[in-house]
Amino acid sequence: MAKILLEMKNITKTFPGVKALDNVNLQVEEGEIHALVGENGAGKSTLMNVLSGIYPYGTYEGDIVYNGQVCKFSNIKDSEKLGIVIIHQELALVPEMTIGENMYLGNERGSKFAIDWNTTYAEADKYLRMVNLEESSKVQVKTIGTGKQQLVEIAKALAKNAKLLILDEPTSSLNEEDSRALLDLMLGFKKQGMTMIIISHKLNEVAYVADKITVIRDGTTIETIDNHGTEPVSEERIIKGMVGREMTNRFPAREGVQIGDVMMEVDHWTVHHPLYPERKVVDDVSMYVRKGEVVGIYGLMGAGRTELAMSIFGQSYGVNFSGELKIDGKPVKMKKSVTDAIKHKIAYVTEDRKGNGLILSQSIKVNTSLANLSSLASGGVIDQDKEYAVAEEYRDKLKTKTPTVEQLVGNLSGGNQQKVLLAKWMFAEPDIMLLDEPTRGIDVGAKYEIYCIINDLAAAGKSVVMISSELPEVLGMSDRIYIMNEGKMVGEMKAEEATQENIMALILQSGRGA
Amino acid sequence: MENKALHQSNIRKSDPVAMLKKNAMLIILVLVYLFFTIMTKGRMFKPNSFAALINQNAYVYILGCGMLMCMLTGGNIDLSCGAFVCLLGALGGMMMVVWKWGTAVSLVAMLAIGIIYGCGLGALIAYVMVPPWIATLAGYLAFRGLGTSILGVSSTNSISFKDSPDFLSIFSGTLFKTPEGQLNMPCLIVGIVAAALVVALIFKSRATRLRKGYEVDELAMDVAKSVLGAAVIVLVMYKLALSGGIPTVLVWVAAVVLLYAFITSKTTVGRHFYVVGGNIEAARLSGVNTKRIMFLAYLNMAILTSISAMTVISRFTAANADAGKNFEMDAISACVVGGVSASGGAGTVLGMVIGATLIGVINLGMFQINLDANYQRVVKGFVLLAAVVFDIVSKKRDS
Repeated sequence: MAKILLEMKNITKTFPGVKALDNVNLQVEEGEIHALVGENGAGKSTLMNVLSGIYPYGTYEGDIVYNGQVCKFSNIKDSEKLGIVIIHQELALVPEMTIGENMYLGNERGSKFAIDWNTTYAEADKYLRMVNLEESSKVQVKTIGTGKQQLVEIAKALAKNAKLLILDEPTSSLNEEDSRALLDLMLGFKKQGMTMIIISHKLNEVAYVADKITVIRDGTTIETIDNHGTEPVSEERIIKGMVGREMTNRFPAREGVQIGDVMMEVDHWTVHHPLYPERKVVDDVSMYVRKGEVVGIYGLMGAGRTELAMSIFGQSYGVNFSGELKIDGKPVKMKKSVTDAIKHKIAYVTEDRKGNGLILSQSIKVNTSLANLSSLASGGVIDQDKEYAVAEEYRDKLKTKTPTVEQLVGNLSGGNQQKVLLAKWMFAEPDIMLLDEPTRGIDVGAKYEIYCIINDLAAAGKSVVMISSELPEVLGMSDRIYIMNEGKMVGEMKAEEATQENIMALILQSGRGA
Repeated sequence: MENKALHQSNIRKSDPVAMLKKNAMLIILVLVYLFFTIMTKGRMFKPNSFAALINQNAYVYILGCGMLMCMLTGGNIDLSCGAFVCLLGALGGMMMVVWKWGTAVSLVAMLAIGIIYGCGLGALIAYVMVPPWIATLAGYLAFRGLGTSILGVSSTNSISFKDSPDFLSIFSGTLFKTPEGQLNMPCLIVGIVAAALVVALIFKSRATRLRKGYEVDELAMDVAKSVLGAAVIVLVMYKLALSGGIPTVLVWVAAVVLLYAFITSKTTVGRHFYVVGGNIEAARLSGVNTKRIMFLAYLNMAILTSISAMTVISRFTAANADAGKNFEMDAISACVVGGVSASGGAGTVLGMVIGATLIGVINLGMFQINLDANYQRVVKGFVLLAAVVFDIVSKKRDS
């Protein structure tokens, strides 16, 4: 048996209100490619952040043993000194700088006082050849494509004398051909004795490249599957580990809700990326939602779900729209304006409540009234007593835990912030609610309460579209489920027909077919 | 459990430490005032010091309101306002003195020029998306040169308003003028009425909130607020009554400050300034027209700069090339010392007024104890820095 290079023992990491990792164990042998798989939010990235020192020693429990020694990293430099180098999912290159400058950013060649550019570019070129790149290191990064940029990231890691290379979703922004080249490069490195950890959603790639596969679910390690057999391990086998959890009473029943006529419908809806207008982010999507119905949209990260919802919501995302939007059977020509969307009784409850949902520096009251402030004002003057009463009403209705509605939203827990966000949009009195990851980052108890609120909305005849990356949630809450992948609707199922396995299989098939 | 108890009692418990922190600048203002009163052997407390404080700082209060609105949108500033005061003053001089247009026509024309500049600047910032400090830096560089070249028609590089008594009486006259040292009754009566109004407003709002079952402060808090507010108003008006009457510029300042206090705290448009500064994306996705708010901030700033220009040339009875120098910095300082967030989304008109007054008191005090002008600048610099550090540190403790 080969030497164990890295062992992470009983790692537990808590964020305020959430246990992100719970007694996670991971063993990586020298010279192997080890894959980490799991759903969004299962804790893979958190684990790697612990390993690379982004979460310093002392902020987690458990031990990291590397090369037989217990490590206490206080920052990313400490782990890099030992040859542990992480390549993040989002490319961290400065577009305006040359490849060489990027590769030695923060690790400059030369003396303390001056950079030695000759050495920099000579060494950079050497590493570029190692990743099969022909480009000169004096070329600006913005002039090469994403696939090559990913290779530059790897060359950059090699320049740091990497012994253990961690790749977080390295192929998520690459096409089929570039992905295959990258995977083959990894296999080449393995032959030279490099140890690698790969995080990926693409299970076919994992099966192709990995020696061992560790499955993480809900912050705990489920199993480690050996992939040394003559046949690569089947994707079904991996999926079973990823999703196989019990479902008992995590979702409140929705009883006696009358599902009515179609409320909103989009036909052949296509949206392009705002920065790369040739790229389709939402590709010929058609869907509908009825009154009193909860429709789930499932897909992996980057499937285009958020973009679909935001483009329906007053074209607040994207450019070059085509397709038709019908509300209550009538075609609607919506302007590029959120105000217009609100006027058409649509609400979009964002997945990013801190980033673009709430104003953390303002009170619950101010946040609650924001989307429908004009209804509380006459002649532009706000009736502040009425505003207070509204905030109180929603605090009661949604059971938001706070001493007063004058409390700043930034001081609330995630679950309570989510309730304030919902309150804001419920007060706007929409008929159609687009909920984007309504339970992200909140604890189980608060999730249940949010599910009850969703049920109440459906019971009140609202049309609810719920976007979620959590399969059990989609299955437990939806009347009907759409499955999205790479900008396209790849399937539609009734809740009764849907299982975790057949949804995952649908996504994987569509990914391979493309 | 605890939440419920608080909710039912409907009385917001006051926390002494939080109270001190919240009113720190007010307390510092009082202490600084006392310090200079002692250092000047009481001269700082004389009626003409009060009059001087108002006359010298009128422009800071007016520009401060405009700068507050800009800063609320996300720490944006207007560097051009001081230079624009100079340009507009020069144009006003040409209209009133050289071309003899008459006071009313000239004032309307000055305001119109301000509005045109504000629309242009606002459009550049909101719709062309030029960063505010660059857009206004251009005006900062250009306007004083333009103003000075206009003033070149006169051999002294300045135009005097000696012969425009109407104009002077509007912006730098005195209402109900009486000889100095004699108690001016109308002035005192205005003060008492204003004080009574403040007290009445505080208790009317308290009564409404109690009746509707909303949270209120402890009674002692409201009483303290009323007593303090009324006392300050009556004291200032009493001192002014002894110095000859109400300066007309105080009426302008009071009107602007009250209007902006109302806009920022009671109106939808004012609320939108705060939410844009708090989180512009969240504001946009909640249906706030964020570009319109940016536009309004700079249009509004230009209008207030115009009014400020009128008060300043009137006070100096002349338009000259130095008018408005460093006004932008004075307005920014007043806001920052008054607790307006340098990153936007937080700050009040009352805070800005306290900040402006504090700086004004320090300036006047340093002048009265004959501190070297160079050291006066050093002190001002450190006061500004101390205020910001204090703000950041006290916020860090909270979180």
